Amino acid sequence: MTRRTTLRRVLVGIGVLVGLWLVVPTLVVVPISFSGEDSFAFPPRSWGVDHYATFFTESSWLTSLLVSLQLAVIVTVVATLLGTLAALALDRTSFRGRGALDGLFMAPLIVPGIVVAVALYAAFLGWGLIGTPTGFVLAHTVLALPFVVVNVGAALRNVDPVLGRAAAGLGASGWATFRQVTFPIIRPGVLAGALFAFVTSFDEVVVSLFVQSPQLQTLPVRMFTSVTNEVDPTIAAASTVVLVVSTALLALVALTRRSAP
Amino acid sequence: MTDPAGATIRVEALTKTFPGARSPAVDTVDLDVAAGEFMTLLGPSGSGKTTTLNMIAGFEDVTSGRILLDDTDIARLPAHRRNLGMVFQSYALFPHMTAAQNVAFPLRQRKVGRAEIARRVAEALELVHLGEHADRLPSQLSGGQQQRVALARAVVFSPRALLLDEPLGALDKKLRESLQLEISRLHSELGITFVFVTHDQEEALALSDRVAVFRDGHIEQVGTPSELYETPASRFVATFLGDSNVFSGTVRGGLLDTGSTLLRCDGPDGPGCLVVRPERLRIGAGHDDGTNTLSATVTDVVYQGAFRRILVRFDDGTTGLVRDAGDAAPAATGERVEVSWKASAGVVVSEGGSVVGRDSVVPA
Repeated sequence: MTRRTTLRRVLVGIGVLVGLWLVVPTLVVVPISFSGEDSFAFPPRSWGVDHYATFFTESSWLTSLLVSLQLAVIVTVVATLLGTLAALALDRTSFRGRGALDGLFMAPLIVPGIVVAVALYAAFLGWGLIGTPTGFVLAHTVLALPFVVVNVGAALRNVDPVLGRAAAGLGASGWATFRQVTFPIIRPGVLAGALFAFVTSFDEVVVSLFVQSPQLQTLPVRMFTSVTNEVDPTIAAASTVVLVVSTALLALVALTRRSAP
Repeated sequence: MTDPAGATIRVEALTKTFPGARSPAVDTVDLDVAAGEFMTLLGPSGSGKTTTLNMIAGFEDVTSGRILLDDTDIARLPAHRRNLGMVFQSYALFPHMTAAQNVAFPLRQRKVGRAEIARRVAEALELVHLGEHADRLPSQLSGGQQQRVALARAVVFSPRALLLDEPLGALDKKLRESLQLEISRLHSELGITFVFVTHDQEEALALSDRVAVFRDGHIEQVGTPSELYETPASRFVATFLGDSNVFSGTVRGGLLDTGSTLLRCDGPDGPGCLVVRPERLRIGAGHDDGTNTLSATVTDVVYQGAFRRILVRFDDGTTGLVRDAGDAAPAATGERVEVSWKASAGVVVSEGGSVVGRDSVVPA
């Protein structure tokens, strides 16, 4: 009995340590962002919100934040629509090579980001898409799509196929069945996929670095150039904003999962 | 309810071959279901009964043949335009809708007005005694309650026929019996045609006006429960419906030669099987010319309350079953006994398909 409780305490201790190790380095940016100094000193010697003031007033930061938000919204809509349709198609068909097709949709998750970035760069250069909003939307949609396909696909696997028959037997056409039966059941999965798509686009840096131009930069790209070219603690405020947005959205995913029937 | 009378369903040379299958799952099946009849499709799994029902419902394409609903061929009509009620083994309630919303679903598809929907949903839920559970989700209902919601949903739009695919299969014995009564009551109250699929022969005998016995994609025999039980058309039907003692051999001049003994029977000359139901056998020697008597050893006695099942081994090594209505002197295991039956209690059937014995059997 006592040995077991000791073991449990040790395990809990290890768990807490690993958790801290994962989270604390990230959270360091939060106090720095509230620093009153013009440096990265940690812990800060004085406090203030000057960095936030700079972030939300200086046009280069503000513009990149707006670019990122708009881009993320468009990517969310496009990826959710395409990803849901793809998941439906994959769910309804069982042909040879179905597994290969599944794998194809997962490819952007598995292939190293830098490889995707270089490939897209080479292709987009020829098509004149570098530095264009279209280029960003296309590139980010590629990265966001697998999250939608995975989430909607998982939701669809929980839909009893006999429900479709039941609906048809009760007089519902294919579209009516989708609208009134299938979609309401998979809605939490679609929502989760959409949120993941948003976060994927909002956080993305590697591919964006290749697609960007000095005139069109997303927030992570602006942060990256800031951190390599200058020493500007505004980046701590920017990091905190990204952190809060991403965490809030992923918490929302967790909440929709819990409330799902 | 608009039209109280049920529809007639006629299936003509219905065939279904699944892609890649060597033999058809349903092979030129003909079946006539009268208006308002309770017809059961009975058979072991893989016998084609469910595939037949799915083709009537429109869930499976027809390879060839016709399905006539009141003389209209519906074989190529999509399922959602056939206007037939359907009940599934797994209930198939929509999990995100309350009981009342589930029942309202078919009415919403038919663009019925809101007030009318509310009235008919309440009526249908009342019909299955679930009025007070209208606002529950399926996950908050027991299996039996869910199936009753499914029944209400399947009849609320006044279909002229109801198709039921093993609706009691997922329920435990006690619930099964109470829901059997419910289905039977629904059938007589609504007056519509029921086509009921099951592999449970007791269920089939208890509920049906007529039963179609399926085997390997074709219908072995169609008849009322008593016709099937008293005068089975084949050894398969005899052994599938209820317990049977089967003696196979060759009939010659009213005697069946099993190789070790001669038994009195009523059937034409030729190879055949003599089928005798266990409740027609009794322990003790027969006294007149019209009986058969065999000596046997009791191998087991199973007490079942109202009766006893006595398993015996005849002297030629074959086994038999006697259903004994608990008399004063029960046989004991290992005891040597005489087993006898009136010759008229036996039916001679062929080993394979067609009827050899009596002529009262409805041909398949």
